[in-house]
Amino acid sequence: MVVPGLLWLLFFNLVPLFGIIIAFEDYVPGLGPWRSEFNGLENFEYLFSMADAKRVIVNTIVIACSKVVLNLVVPLLFALLLNEVKNLRYKKFIQTAVYLPHFLSWVILASVILNIFGLDGIVNKIGGLFGAEPVIWFSESSYFRQLVIGTDVWKEFGFNAVIFLAALTGIDPNLYEAASIDGCGKFRSVFYITLPGIMPTIVLVGVLGLSNVLNAGFDQVFNLYNPMVYSTGDILDTWVYRIGLVNLQFSLATTAGLFKSLISFVMIVLSYTAAYKFADYKVF
Amino acid sequence: MVQRKTLGTRIFTVFLYLLMALLALSCLYPIWYAFCLSFSDKTAANSGMVTFFPVGFTTVSYSEIMGDWKFFHSFWISILRSVLGTIVSLLVMITMGYALSKPKRLFKARNIIMWIVMFCMVFNSGVIPWYITMVNYRAIDTIWGLVLCGGLPVFNLLLVMNFFRNLPQNLEEAALVDGAGPWRILFSIVVPCSVPMLATIILFTSVGYWNEFFQGMVLSSSDAHYPLQTYIQQMVVNTQTNMLNPDELKLMSQLSNKSLDAAKIFIAMIPMLVVYPFLQKYFVTGIMLGAVKE
Repeated sequence: MVVPGLLWLLFFNLVPLFGIIIAFEDYVPGLGPWRSEFNGLENFEYLFSMADAKRVIVNTIVIACSKVVLNLVVPLLFALLLNEVKNLRYKKFIQTAVYLPHFLSWVILASVILNIFGLDGIVNKIGGLFGAEPVIWFSESSYFRQLVIGTDVWKEFGFNAVIFLAALTGIDPNLYEAASIDGCGKFRSVFYITLPGIMPTIVLVGVLGLSNVLNAGFDQVFNLYNPMVYSTGDILDTWVYRIGLVNLQFSLATTAGLFKSLISFVMIVLSYTAAYKFADYKVF
Repeated sequence: MVQRKTLGTRIFTVFLYLLMALLALSCLYPIWYAFCLSFSDKTAANSGMVTFFPVGFTTVSYSEIMGDWKFFHSFWISILRSVLGTIVSLLVMITMGYALSKPKRLFKARNIIMWIVMFCMVFNSGVIPWYITMVNYRAIDTIWGLVLCGGLPVFNLLLVMNFFRNLPQNLEEAALVDGAGPWRILFSIVVPCSVPMLATIILFTSVGYWNEFFQGMVLSSSDAHYPLQTYIQQMVVNTQTNMLNPDELKLMSQLSNKSLDAAKIFIAMIPMLVVYPFLQKYFVTGIMLGAVKE
């Protein structure tokens, strides 16, 4: 029964791993990976001496870490607020609406978002009411990171809230009743009942988020950025794509990709171990 | 429990309902906006007059698309890819997930295979080695390339496996006593018991294939082989993001046709919007069931 799965795994997940050796050689496509000349760690030295590399790594970490934090906090707040909506049909409607962007691709959303934040988009129209100058938002390097982070949080907050909403239903309603009889207000019961009740879930989501510290979101940035915002918006994945598949510097791009894979590998192992330790959650 | 409604809670409730409505509308707005833009007059769309309603209602964009065979070819490739991809990966995930859900005493190689699967999940080769391998496989411009090249969807496999592991074993044992083999047990007992979870996986997988544009871009030698998202990415988004300054932008907007672009985008949303309501009721339970710890 495992044969089809194993074959798929072997040919499309494992075989490409051997291609990693080109990170350690001066790869010439005509010769192929086996006959190109090895040059040890030269590619790594060259990579880290590039000014671009530092910029890209900083951008990646800033964007990815902000996303990790906000994609935990915002969905949590949203779930807590939605939990206070007592009208079930209204609640259902809100849920249906906010899950939707998760299922739309960044290609689609980017094209709409670029319009909305474009020169005659609705954002500039609202700004115009307050006398602000129109701006092409996604071409301003000082706004780009915030916009990327913001639009990602907007796209995913509903979907990320699913797990918190499920955890909230697991809290015993009697606790709230008891607290209310003892004179505990709404706000305090959130702090003393709700939050401790879903703490394991919060820890779990937070810890698993650790594995994403280098995933700034290729699909999103690739569809939203342009050369004017490379200084703040270019991330590892988009950079690897450009040096590798556009400029055809295969070895350098593989080296950068391997660097990312190695760090991600460490972070994933750490986060899974932590998830098991702190939240008693087994990923496998 | 009867609660006295103070002024404070009333204000809070009003504020809460308004905030929620605002959030929900912000999530629906992009779809509505694409819809309005696509039914608007070209000049109105290009000059940014469309905000909340179509301006100068016309279906000219849609009739223009009707004659665009490249668009429909891409659409067809995407449909084929989603359907084939969902069937193939579902079958693979069910069979492999079922085998791996058995403990080591029933399935000797389980732990070794599990380690391989986990390794593939936490470590990937990066884009370039992957791309070179796919070129060597002659996967460029083939539908199977688009289906298989992403590799085994390991995370979904684990969801399936965890779900199967938590099914009551008595059912399977009863079937075994009645003389059913492993394949029979899997397809007449285990699979029918897992409908909500499988519906979730179907939703995620098909949407994943539908929305994927990057592989479609690098695994296609020309635009005649693009799946829909790649087509849109190249024709619509690329021209938007590569603009450099406001003057060029002005020129661009005179040449471009936002209404037509929006119509393409809206059509690309339709399959998603059709599938979503049917599967939406399953996915919340599905995610939770698959993630249950032992």
